[in-house]
Amino acid sequence: MAFPHRDLTGIGQLERHEVLYLLHEAEQWVQLNRQRSKHTDLLSGLTIINAFFENSTRTLLSFEIAGKRLGADVVNMHAAQSSVKKGETLIDTAITLNAMRADAIVIRHGSSGATGLIADKVDCPVLNAGDGQHEHPTQALLDALTLRHALRERGENAEDFTGLNVVICGDILHSRVARSNILCLTVLGANVRVCAPPALMPAGVEAMGVSVFHRFDAALEGADVVMMLRLQSERMSGQFIPSAREYRHLYGLTTDRLALARPDALVMHPGPMNRGVEIDSEVADMAGRSLITRQVEMGVAIRMACLDILTREARGVEGWA
Amino acid sequence: MKQARPFTIINAQLVTSQGVVPGAIRCVDGTIAAIGADARALDGDEVIDARGKLVAPGLVDLGVFAVDKPAFHFGGITRAALMPDQSPPLDLPSRVGFIAKSGKPDLWVHPLAAATRGLEGTELAELALMQQAGARGIATGRRWIADSGVMLRLLQYAAMLDLVVVTHAEDAGLAGSAVATAGEIATRLGLPSAPAEAEDLAIARDIALAELAGAKLHFRQVTTAQGFELVRAAKARGVAVTCGITPAHFMLSDLATVDYRTFFRLSPPLRSEEDRQAARAAIADGTVDVIASGHDPRGPEDKRLPFADAAPGMAGAETLLAMILNLVRDGVIDTSRAFDLVARNPARLLGVPAGELAEGLEADIALIDPDAPWIIDRRKMEATADNTPFDRQGAQGRVLGLWKGGVKLGA
Repeated sequence: MAFPHRDLTGIGQLERHEVLYLLHEAEQWVQLNRQRSKHTDLLSGLTIINAFFENSTRTLLSFEIAGKRLGADVVNMHAAQSSVKKGETLIDTAITLNAMRADAIVIRHGSSGATGLIADKVDCPVLNAGDGQHEHPTQALLDALTLRHALRERGENAEDFTGLNVVICGDILHSRVARSNILCLTVLGANVRVCAPPALMPAGVEAMGVSVFHRFDAALEGADVVMMLRLQSERMSGQFIPSAREYRHLYGLTTDRLALARPDALVMHPGPMNRGVEIDSEVADMAGRSLITRQVEMGVAIRMACLDILTREARGVEGWA
Repeated sequence: MKQARPFTIINAQLVTSQGVVPGAIRCVDGTIAAIGADARALDGDEVIDARGKLVAPGLVDLGVFAVDKPAFHFGGITRAALMPDQSPPLDLPSRVGFIAKSGKPDLWVHPLAAATRGLEGTELAELALMQQAGARGIATGRRWIADSGVMLRLLQYAAMLDLVVVTHAEDAGLAGSAVATAGEIATRLGLPSAPAEAEDLAIARDIALAELAGAKLHFRQVTTAQGFELVRAAKARGVAVTCGITPAHFMLSDLATVDYRTFFRLSPPLRSEEDRQAARAAIADGTVDVIASGHDPRGPEDKRLPFADAAPGMAGAETLLAMILNLVRDGVIDTSRAFDLVARNPARLLGVPAGELAEGLEADIALIDPDAPWIIDRRKMEATADNTPFDRQGAQGRVLGLWKGGVKLGA
């Protein structure tokens, strides 16, 4: 079987060929999403619950669109307004969702490992839409898909990312996007450099196969891709970083700084951006170089691929049941 | 309950601080009347044949969080020093007095007085009155006292009362809300982590203050290589410092946390493999004085949660004996020293006449088969909760019989 997992809890569980398979499967949905009629009945009759225990606009919307374009009945549960606030435990919530006979559950939660905990208690596939500071696998997959498209448009062979120099800059310590991207990019052969001030760099991250930089200028030298991370505003007021303008001074991606990378280096950001802090508008909106809106587009396709693959067993697809 | 009739255990391997010797032990009126190769059963004695098994002192468990009699008795524990982290905390003489009587006659509970009111780390509690009410030591609780001035005054006061201060060594500023030790595992798991140096810093400060105050200081758990080095050096210059550890930290490293099992959520968190090896070396070379269960039973409402949201702690009373016998089988320590670590040394720190087999001491005795194999199974535990990190592991060593003050328990 091309994808033998019931759940998608992280990139860490995947082999290289499984990542490539997910990327391959997403291509058909990129095509569909670019047509006027963006609908199939593939998941008709299935119920997908998006259980978001943490606020989210973009990721939730992306999953909702993905489920609806595949013809599923999509229900969003905003835990911020739900029984979780009344003291119900996460596991009780999971059991409740399970009893409603969901066919897939998409979860975002503020605690690392929460998705796995829920996956153990339910009978349907569980998809991690971000758990604490652990993983955000669909973000890494959509980034890989975006990068692959951009490289192909330049006529480069982009079966994988062997030899590609990718810089991930920002709050590595608190970022699940960084962890999933490190795992995804390294398994596809890229040379990953992570860049952050020491207070925002997790201990022992070198063991994940990356090189560590504190000076952004040095990290950018020879870079093919620059991925910027969002810095939460509460971390820029003295706790980790003295101020937003000081952060911009050291780590802001300006046009001058981008010039230190390869001449055609690509720019990515998972959003939402702090324009003028970690990234300048001139860079974020740079035609042909910035892939930021493309990332959003690819997000829907990747999530459609994940929902399709994870529900194949339940749908009795030949070879998967 | 009083011992009704004298009894003698014959054909025993007697665990004494001088070594394991064959012989018999005779108990009369709740105390040990004779012990050794020459001890004999007298007319009218009940005679128990140990069939060559170990006869050891009942375990003295220093620093438990709950009084859990069935679990203690399963594990051969006849005395337990209770941490002040109760609800409400043991910071008043009346509460200490109540606890001091609570387990008798078949389990003696020695309360550790809360060092500060409400364990807040700011105002000293009524330590002398709590001593009078039965407190056998003072403890800072689950937390470190961050204010060095408070800690110094506490140590000076404790020195005057000749009470040991049991402290938890984790620098609060560095530890923050960490649930893991900084390093590759915590980074991969995305868990809030603190460097192991948070413990080293706290140990270094507390040793300096204890030295200044001339106080007896006991670190309930030392778990880092550098921490053991600091204790070793302090002992060498004659500071009255001792340290303990629980089996989790010499049996397991942070690798055990990779699937977010909350039974491995402990305080301090599990350390690196190098630190685990340093712990075994420190047990072997005498740096470690006490091995305790850290017994802290936690039900599903505390443990069936995401890792960082779960409460720390393990139910350890039932597995303590098997884990120290592991150290004996691995050649880290011999049987005699094993029982120094779990009985004699903790009894001395608490100042109670127990923890060894000697004439005139209370007859707290465990008959042990050190080789009896069993499987640790959380579904079959005696403890009030099943949170053992050793679930489904094979173990060796079972208590065959236990006497408290000469009275057979569970008989």
